[in-house]
Amino acid sequence: MGHHLDALVDAAATGDGVSLDGFTVSRSDDGFRLETADSTLNGLTEGGLREALADYDDYATNWYFWSEVVGESSPQRRAFLRWVEGASVDAGGDDGGDGDGDDSENDGDAASVPERYDALRDGVSREWGQLLVTVTVDDHGERSYELRHADEVDADRDDLDPYREPLAARQLATYDEKGRYRPLKTGNNLAGGWVFPDLDARDLVETVETFYPASVPNWYRERRGELDVAHWEDAIGRQTGMYSVVKTWNRGDGHEHVDWVAEACCDDSQCVKRREWQYDDDTDLDVDGGDGAFPCREPCSVVIAASRKWTRLEGEGTQTYEFELTPSEKEQVEDIIEAVADDRTDDIREGDVYEGANRYRARFLRAKLFDDEGNLGGVPTDASDDE
Amino acid sequence: MQALVIVAHGSHLNPDSSAPTYDHADTVREVGAFDEVRTGFWKEEPSIREVLRTVEADEVYVVPLFISEGYFTEQVIPRELRLEGWDVADWDSDGLSASHVTLSATDVPEKTIHYCGPVGTHAAMTDVLVRRAETVTGDPNVGEGFGLAVVGHGTERNENSAKAIEYHADRIREMDRFDEVQALYMDEEPEVDDVTDYFESEDVVVVPLFIADGFHTQEDIPEDMGLTDDYRTGYDVPAEVDGHRIWYAGAVGTEGLMADVVLERAADAGADIGNSLEVVRERTRKTPQEAN
Repeated sequence: MGHHLDALVDAAATGDGVSLDGFTVSRSDDGFRLETADSTLNGLTEGGLREALADYDDYATNWYFWSEVVGESSPQRRAFLRWVEGASVDAGGDDGGDGDGDDSENDGDAASVPERYDALRDGVSREWGQLLVTVTVDDHGERSYELRHADEVDADRDDLDPYREPLAARQLATYDEKGRYRPLKTGNNLAGGWVFPDLDARDLVETVETFYPASVPNWYRERRGELDVAHWEDAIGRQTGMYSVVKTWNRGDGHEHVDWVAEACCDDSQCVKRREWQYDDDTDLDVDGGDGAFPCREPCSVVIAASRKWTRLEGEGTQTYEFELTPSEKEQVEDIIEAVADDRTDDIREGDVYEGANRYRARFLRAKLFDDEGNLGGVPTDASDDE
Repeated sequence: MQALVIVAHGSHLNPDSSAPTYDHADTVREVGAFDEVRTGFWKEEPSIREVLRTVEADEVYVVPLFISEGYFTEQVIPRELRLEGWDVADWDSDGLSASHVTLSATDVPEKTIHYCGPVGTHAAMTDVLVRRAETVTGDPNVGEGFGLAVVGHGTERNENSAKAIEYHADRIREMDRFDEVQALYMDEEPEVDDVTDYFESEDVVVVPLFIADGFHTQEDIPEDMGLTDDYRTGYDVPAEVDGHRIWYAGAVGTEGLMADVVLERAADAGADIGNSLEVVRERTRKTPQEAN
């Protein structure tokens, strides 16, 4: 112990001195001056300052952590780490920010250092998508970060598989709970069962960024009012090659089709990012962007690839088909679509014949209504196949 | 501070697509040549659009993990990186010779971006093809009595793709190490389907010049060559076909030595990589070396 005091006394004696989170130490011709919201000490010798700092240890270790451990080489990492523990985010060198939106919970009314340390000793938790970060501080003012699945907030740590390397998150993020490949890192289907029990500040951010790439820089840019949102029109406008066809989906008659895309792909139930892109600069979509902690700045590659398919499909005209269904059969078709759309098919028990999307119920419907070519109601898809 | 950013295609369907990118990034990371090593993808995350903002260093070397110069290296990647003033003419390439260009990017105006040519056209890629043959045969001296086929897509979509295949096949031939060397294609003559027609050697190593294993290298090519009737049942290495033993290597991009090519690209663009090349060449060797 004491190295943080040496660093602090050195810093206080040079330049503008020390100033962070309502704690200032500076030197003038009269000696050192120490100031907090509650007290001011003047005319201290170096020995006197060291003695006095014993009563301000939380302030001193707090200064040391943010100035010497985290530093300012990466403003976005620093901002994220401060947000995690409820410190004011724009303090400590960030300037020019006019962070918008949800930062009132931190800025302006941030807790004093002793209050924050009291909370940190018990652990302060934040959700970031499906991640739960918990930061604690020990008696030396050193932070330790735990990262786990947010749904496992109450799980015993010993019941979870421990990991220490940030890049281990890559494998954890690759497959969902059923072992299926996740094409979208921010898909709302992150598997659990793991814990990073003791990360340092830098590794915490690396791990978070491995689970959710670019989430921290985008969140940081948003707070500073600098997020470069590319709306639907911009994003599809720059597509070339096989994706340039998506441009033809906009036919100048509204944006209902893009509402459907956003409802299908971008809903909170599907993706943990908060959709900030709209139809264009002047036209918002009619569906909600969600409540995610970090923003989505443009239609992602999954949305673009799916939209290419929808552009083709939606180019078809409608036709009238005639087949008869009982009321229960119509509802069953609806049940099946609902079950697939909500990824519930695996949850419907084999014996639960009361569920429309039950396998036996679906097989019965197929046996009854499909002809040998798989046509519903025996009605061909193309009228020309009727011959 | 200098960073390496490897950009690659990635996939919505197949985790094997990005696996080599991650493997080579890890190799470079472990050798410590760069302060940071990041990856970015066309189909995965971070997107190429957002990868530069994940970088802290001010000197950034971007290496495309692609086989040939073309649509991705010339249009998609520069556009998505938002390279200012990008002009493909600055590469002054004949389709094989793109090395690097130094630009800024509007996304991170304070950084210097060294945008490199693709790994597939670098001379060091020839050594990876040979290393792949060593790995698949388990013989660090493989060559005598063996034929080697380098397999590519063909010119259907990109004429530079065939140029890269020919280039490496010629270079391996000049080594005078294998009895025969032949370039083969999936969608044009000489076709990989007829591989045994093009070799007299009983043993033939077949190496596809692809970045990652996927549909083409795992399903198409093994079935086309007659290694198996159904890719799902797998195939033997070597497999007997028409009196030849075919040693099918799968995508060359999965070979550990690919990390060397990534480093070479960055070094050509001015990155300071110390003795990393030697370290990587040794660390990625899977066949035992003969005692001298």
